[in-house]
Amino acid sequence: MNDDTGRYPLKLEGDNIPMVSFRNVTKKYGDLTVLDRLDLDVAPGEMVTIIGPSGSGKTTVLRSLMTLETIDGGVIYVDGEPLTHMEKGGKLVRANQRHLRRMRAKIGMCFQHFNLFPHMTALENCMEGPVQVLGLPKDEARERALELLGMVGMSEKSDQHPSRLSGGQQQRVAIARALAMRPSVMLFDEVTSALDPEMIGEVTNVIRSLVDQHSLTMLMVTHQMGFAREISDRVCFFYGGSIEEQGAPATIFETPEKERTQQFLSAVLQAN
Amino acid sequence: MSYLEFLGNYSDRLIDGSLITLLQFVLAALVAVAAAIISGLIKLAQLKPLQAVATVYIEIFRGTSLLVQLYWFFFVLPLLGVSLEKFVAGFLAVGLCYGAYGAELVRGAIQSVPRGQWEAALALNMSPAQRMWRIILPQALVIMLPPWGNLMVEILKGTALVALISVPDLMFEARQINNNTYLSAQAFGTALVIYYIFARFVVTPLMRWLERVMARRIGRA
Repeated sequence: MNDDTGRYPLKLEGDNIPMVSFRNVTKKYGDLTVLDRLDLDVAPGEMVTIIGPSGSGKTTVLRSLMTLETIDGGVIYVDGEPLTHMEKGGKLVRANQRHLRRMRAKIGMCFQHFNLFPHMTALENCMEGPVQVLGLPKDEARERALELLGMVGMSEKSDQHPSRLSGGQQQRVAIARALAMRPSVMLFDEVTSALDPEMIGEVTNVIRSLVDQHSLTMLMVTHQMGFAREISDRVCFFYGGSIEEQGAPATIFETPEKERTQQFLSAVLQAN
Repeated sequence: MSYLEFLGNYSDRLIDGSLITLLQFVLAALVAVAAAIISGLIKLAQLKPLQAVATVYIEIFRGTSLLVQLYWFFFVLPLLGVSLEKFVAGFLAVGLCYGAYGAELVRGAIQSVPRGQWEAALALNMSPAQRMWRIILPQALVIMLPPWGNLMVEILKGTALVALISVPDLMFEARQINNNTYLSAQAFGTALVIYYIFARFVVTPLMRWLERVMARRIGRA
């Protein structure tokens, strides 16, 4: 990690603090640069969709925000506070585990392959975090979990293990599980990519209803261009580890300015 | 002497020996499971000094003869000031020896739990210990139970060696009977059958049952 953290603020201050802020973030795997001096701000309550060719760093954005990856340069802020770093003696240093655990509480994530815990029922999956991590009493956690399972239309399957659920059902439970932690930021990493076509709708409907509530800040990586266009406040087209072009969905999908955006979109839309 | 007469004369000793064998097996199995989990976890954790201890343990106990280990526990350790009852030395040596094999089973099973499970647990902000105990180990357990079934049978048969440090187990009694009567076929034949019955009709069904219970708990059955 290059030691240039001196030029980043210890805290974001002022009006209109973004909920999520990537500042000059670089991530490398060996010689391969996955994120290349990425700057990205997401306002509270905003729904930002990330599109782009494979290998453009889309998923790495979400994974470094969830602290599943460490970054090699720059700083990520969440809710005005540094996530990847913390203050020590008036300087930003690498975050320790304690800081990470405090900050992670603000973020929830859903994965392409759901990653439900197979040894727990749908209900237990949704209670695990609240009981073990937040320390909620069991009946309170159960109430919260049942409410969320109801919201995603999975009340009747709450006693089933994941192996008895379809892909779409598993993903809906996974969304409920993440929401049960009451995050401020939700990350959706290609949540419909592993689903059979007829199940995509039930998952996108759940995400749509979350967008309608306007309380969550959301980042979504997806290949569903129609869905991205419909629900996003802003669409970011990634290329080579940074944002090539971004803007309102209508602008990006109808009148993209950059040639790479045009090429990508015409390739994707043709394939559909 | 007919075989029935033989049994009439020596069944008490064979039953006593069998009970000691079972007891040695249960205690050795407990030692093996504990040693395997502890050293398997240590090998996976990034704690260098502890890792070295676990590696040395696994290498020594897996790389040398159980019989020699048994003699070390019983004859050599007292010279170093550690005296163990022969009964304790017996199941401890057998347990530690097979625990070294078990450590690799534990490590392999934990590593074969899909990465996504770790990531999902981290995304729920669980601590490293919670991730291991509540999410990974229960799944690893299901993966490693079938090979543990094999190892349990090995442990049972391995306990026959404790006869050589005079623990009065089944093998010890069979040898005593043979020495007194020269009825080798009857003495060792009966021991053979009893070991087989234990392995085939006690240990194996028990492990299968455990596999089924765990599979059901994970929702796969």
